[in-house]
Amino acid sequence: MSESHNDDNSKLKSTIEDKLFLDKYKLDKQSHIEVDQEKYKTDLLKAVNYICPAKVYAHSDEKNECLVSFENCLECGTCRVAAPDYVKWYYPRGGFGVQYRLG
Amino acid sequence: MSEPEKFDCIVVGAGPAGLSAALTLAKAGVEAAVLERGEYPGSKNVMGGILFTTILDKLLPEFWKEAPVERHVSQRRFSLLSRDGELGFSFRTGAFNEPPFNHTWTVLRAKFDRWYAEQAEAAGAMIIPGMMVSQVLTEGGKVVGVKTEPGGDELRCDVIISAEGANSFIAEQMGLRSALDPSHMAVAVKEVIGLPRSIIEDRFLLNGDEGSAWEIFGQAVQGTFGSGFVYTNKESVSIGVGSTVHDMKRYKLNPNDVLEQFKHHPAVWPLIRRGETLEYSAHMIPEGGFQHLPRLVADGLLLTGDAAGLVNASIYHEGSNLAMASGVLAAETVIEAKKRGDFSAASLSSYRHKLENSFVLKDLKKFQRVSAFFNDNPHILRDYPNIFVELLSDYFTVSESPKSEVEKSLISKFRREIGVLNLAKDAIKIGRAMR
Repeated sequence: MSESHNDDNSKLKSTIEDKLFLDKYKLDKQSHIEVDQEKYKTDLLKAVNYICPAKVYAHSDEKNECLVSFENCLECGTCRVAAPDYVKWYYPRGGFGVQYRLG
Repeated sequence: MSEPEKFDCIVVGAGPAGLSAALTLAKAGVEAAVLERGEYPGSKNVMGGILFTTILDKLLPEFWKEAPVERHVSQRRFSLLSRDGELGFSFRTGAFNEPPFNHTWTVLRAKFDRWYAEQAEAAGAMIIPGMMVSQVLTEGGKVVGVKTEPGGDELRCDVIISAEGANSFIAEQMGLRSALDPSHMAVAVKEVIGLPRSIIEDRFLLNGDEGSAWEIFGQAVQGTFGSGFVYTNKESVSIGVGSTVHDMKRYKLNPNDVLEQFKHHPAVWPLIRRGETLEYSAHMIPEGGFQHLPRLVADGLLLTGDAAGLVNASIYHEGSNLAMASGVLAAETVIEAKKRGDFSAASLSSYRHKLENSFVLKDLKKFQRVSAFFNDNPHILRDYPNIFVELLSDYFTVSESPKSEVEKSLISKFRREIGVLNLAKDAIKIGRAMR
């Protein structure tokens, strides 16, 4: 049997959206992330919009502000290191957030 | 409100450092509570997947008979990737298949840490999951307890061992270090990919429970200061990439895009194809090394593991064993301090000496120049893998050109692309950085 005939890679995920869908979360009602929108607006690089492994941050052209999907957070803390001037990130409250089953 | 509960020692974080500390304290009869923000120990804990276990074997002899470890690593591989090529080194020995299995295991941390917490609990430590420390409480500059969320409850203690991990907020709050530096922090993402056991053993050339650890540099991470990895578990493969936040930011990279490019590299894809993504995770790694360690103690506080920046980011990629060692040494320091009834920074300062006398700070000191070296010489990981593969590609290209001419053109290309002097200089610099 040829390789291509049996090369089903549909279970191998590639987009962040598809990958996050596999992760387990316990959602909190309150966000554990704050963005200082004024400082965000003046930052030219806006690194959080591309560096976050979970795409928590996205720029809204309409509102000219940073939209935060805190519920997707994988809790690495990269945002606070990459953009300490306008991102205030702390752990979600105990028991909430991502729950790695494998880790 | 009733009197807050008081413990001898509060350990923040149920990872390798915190649990090793708690186990050591419990064995000595010191009342320890481990506060873990995850719903269960391990639920927030991520690493590539190699656990080095010299310390663990002392704490829990022959742990591998009981612990949920995956495979013992008997095969190490290191490679440089170019865009579509690979130059690698591979090593295996049967000696690593015998107990204690070279103290090197692949693990899945959510499973392993949960088990390790049970061992600490069995020894007498109290594990309190679902409790996040929001603030350290101080009186006159001395640590007296913590405030926790949800609920805002306060817990009191004589001393805190912080094992809270890479973000290390407690160290920052207590002024033991300044803000985390993007050049000294790596962001890593990982996928666990399920595959049948027999396919893993065939693809990675493994006999039975043998495991393979492969570290990959160069185009694995698009030439940034970092690396990719592929580790074999029993019925899954852990694959990931990590680079400094500085480089990811500078080259405008998303870690998942880097991972996807790595997964689809021709040297990597055959190992994972037809697999099933089971979980995706992200984590930071403190890689500043010896020169950028925080102060390790304050009045009533000790830092351990990632929270103390104790990661050997050289080619060894060690962290979990340094975490376990520092947890044990912090606990021993607390046990001595309790006998003296003195938890001041001066009393706890012997912790630093203990670390200096162990492999933990000896190794970090030995490799203290690595981080600065690669940050200062980005061309080495960016350009060399491509050039080396290209040169070898020329060398192995079959043609009707006489070999003498091939060698001549190779040498001139080498001179043009790198230069004998430059390579020699870089080799010496690498040698110095690792010395």
